[in-house]
Amino acid sequence: MIKKEMIAMLLAGGQGSRLGVLTSKVAKPAVSFGGKYKIIDFPLSNCINSGIDTVGVLTQYRPLRLNQHIGIGIPWDLDRNIGGVTVLPPYEKSTNSEWYTGTANAIFQNLEYMEYYNPDYVLILSGDHIYKMDYEVMLDFHKTRNADVTLATINVTEEEASRFGVVLTNEEGTITEFEEKPVHPRSTKASMGIYIFSWPVLKDALQQLSEQPACDFGKHIIPYCYNNGKKICAYEYKGYWKDVGTLHSYWEANMELIDIIPEFNLYEEFWKIYTKSDVIPPQYIADSTKVEGSIIGEGSEIYGSVYNSVIGAGVTIEEGAIVRDSIIMNGTVIGKNTEVNKSIISEYVKVGDNVVLGAFDEVENKVAPSIYAGGLTTIGEYSIIPDGVKIGKNTAVFGETKESDYQNRILASGETLIKVGELS
Amino acid sequence: MRALGIILAGGNSNRMRELSNKRAVAAMPVAGSYRSIDFALSNMTNSHIQRVAVFTQYNSRSLNEHLSSSKWWDFGRKQGGLFVFTPTITNTNSYWYKGTADALYQNIGFLKESHEPYVVIASGDGIYKIDYNRVLEYHIEKGADITVVCKDLAGDPAQLERFGVIKTNEDGQIKEFEEKPLVADSTVASIGVYVVRRRQLIELLEECAREERTDFVKDILIRHKNVKKIYAYKMDTYWSNISDVDAYFKTNMDFLNKEIRDYFFKQYPDVYSKVDDLPPAKYNRGSEVNNSLISSGCIINGTVENSVLFKEVFVGNNCVIKNSIILNDVYIGDNVYIENCIVESRDTIRANSSHVGENGKIKIVVEKNSRYIL
Repeated sequence: MIKKEMIAMLLAGGQGSRLGVLTSKVAKPAVSFGGKYKIIDFPLSNCINSGIDTVGVLTQYRPLRLNQHIGIGIPWDLDRNIGGVTVLPPYEKSTNSEWYTGTANAIFQNLEYMEYYNPDYVLILSGDHIYKMDYEVMLDFHKTRNADVTLATINVTEEEASRFGVVLTNEEGTITEFEEKPVHPRSTKASMGIYIFSWPVLKDALQQLSEQPACDFGKHIIPYCYNNGKKICAYEYKGYWKDVGTLHSYWEANMELIDIIPEFNLYEEFWKIYTKSDVIPPQYIADSTKVEGSIIGEGSEIYGSVYNSVIGAGVTIEEGAIVRDSIIMNGTVIGKNTEVNKSIISEYVKVGDNVVLGAFDEVENKVAPSIYAGGLTTIGEYSIIPDGVKIGKNTAVFGETKESDYQNRILASGETLIKVGELS
Repeated sequence: MRALGIILAGGNSNRMRELSNKRAVAAMPVAGSYRSIDFALSNMTNSHIQRVAVFTQYNSRSLNEHLSSSKWWDFGRKQGGLFVFTPTITNTNSYWYKGTADALYQNIGFLKESHEPYVVIASGDGIYKIDYNRVLEYHIEKGADITVVCKDLAGDPAQLERFGVIKTNEDGQIKEFEEKPLVADSTVASIGVYVVRRRQLIELLEECAREERTDFVKDILIRHKNVKKIYAYKMDTYWSNISDVDAYFKTNMDFLNKEIRDYFFKQYPDVYSKVDDLPPAKYNRGSEVNNSLISSGCIINGTVENSVLFKEVFVGNNCVIKNSIILNDVYIGDNVYIENCIVESRDTIRANSSHVGENGKIKIVVEKNSRYIL
């Protein structure tokens, strides 16, 4: 009989709508990070580095790119005879067919998958955080505490705490109280959305709460376990952990990678991050260019100048172009003499010649001020920006735009130009 | 699946000087992110040859490490696959491979048990892209017994003394074949890629073995050139053989040329290599890079000009690296000056040192200093 001590269930179905045009066509876990990676690479690499070789990836929102990226799991060594990575989309049933309505509901709908591997423990992960974590150490903690449920927590500041679910613990680390997004938090230990359940406890909770609409781990499963006298422990995680939920935090997390010795160091031999690499060749830096304070991916060709930026693989930056404080993802082309300031440019975008991105003074975005903020210019994937236009700050552009889409070749700060073509 | 592939990667070359102490020529790192054998392997897989044997002999650890998985070249298949054959002791033979023909003969079982009607034989030290099916079609069309792929080296005749030089009649049939002549009377060289019918090859090898002959070029091609129909297939795209320090240096530098880069890196089909999962290259403040190839995992703090940096090279503050090739995983301390050099992989270059290849001669730097680990 198949026996896996611990299997992982990775929730990768969310849109991450606060990332604006970056997630219009792809699920948040499939968004690029740090030049060559995708966000989901971090939890997947953590799994294999922690010795977990059976991972179910739950997909729902726009799964195509995620499916292509994961494939049969070769980059993470998750192509296994028994176990490995399995993509788990919602499916039709003879009665009661539904989408994944909540995090726990998604796991409940895949009870059969988990049962097949006969696990002692199930690790619940989400696919949208940047961190390196040894889940095996967390499992040891779970075992030594004789816990029924262990949730990973991280210390946050008091202002931040009100965005998270926070926990109060006794001196042994056993949780005594919960607060979901409290206005006046009494603790700064925030839940990271990472749980280890002893399998019988999880199975029982999922079955008991199977009728609960939009069943969620934080809102329903954990309180249910708590109310039934289960032992819930908090595993305090002290390393780097970043929730790249907003465009600005996403931009910041990328920019931190270019520090001399960044807090989140990709260059450590130990704990490698794996990803699907389609591009292998070295990158070329041409004559009379300047590249400083930047990281650049494989196969990129740099004929212009790049300062404080994160450049993906297969990017071309033409002569005279200047890129500052920006993120440019795989396969994008920046035209001649174009100026790019504090922008996030998604994959396979064509920016024409003599364009200015991030021009003018900052004005609040008119359509979605909470998303397109922080003075960023955001361009969605496969967009085209015609020659000679100027695009302001707190803006978003998506689609194949033409010169006629711009008034006097200008998109003022705070404007949004979403022109989704036949790809939509 | 008309052909099976054989890559001869056993060779060493003293023309590689110190660089061959560590590895066979076929395992030499090339163009920043590749190994020499990747080109032959990629050509095979891109020509839909699914069953490929690599013959190794000289210092094969580095090569075996590179070939540890066949998946990168898409040879991880149920039908066919990648086979690595080193010499073994059997009850009839206890010698190393005594020559290319002997290497093939010692593995004649592989040839006999295969079903593909043709065999493509290539070497592991050529840098080129070719569709072997084109050669195969030419071979069939000409009704040839053996087809030899050739390249006109009129542009660089000094190279000819390293290769077999051929002359053909108008139809392309080889009439003269001279191995490594000091003075050549033709500029067309064999690139060491052959197409031959499998049964024909088995016959030729068995005949060779009976007469205790061991070399494919001398004892099969040259000896049979008036008996068998041996044809030349002329390729006109980029080809370079790296088994000589100057040629190795030049080949790497060729990739600074946009046309050559586009040809190999951007035009379909791709060249594949083992994926190392390294982070992107990093350029810290104070770095100044011009006309250079930089590979993944590099961290650069100094000046790099007209150079090729392989994977995971660390360049310290105030360093100047000019017109040089730095192989994988080299650590270069602060204030180092390097010009006209090839720096051997995993070297550690002490701070404040200087290495210069004088009078246009390439210096090979092998420095095994202990590395200060943070």
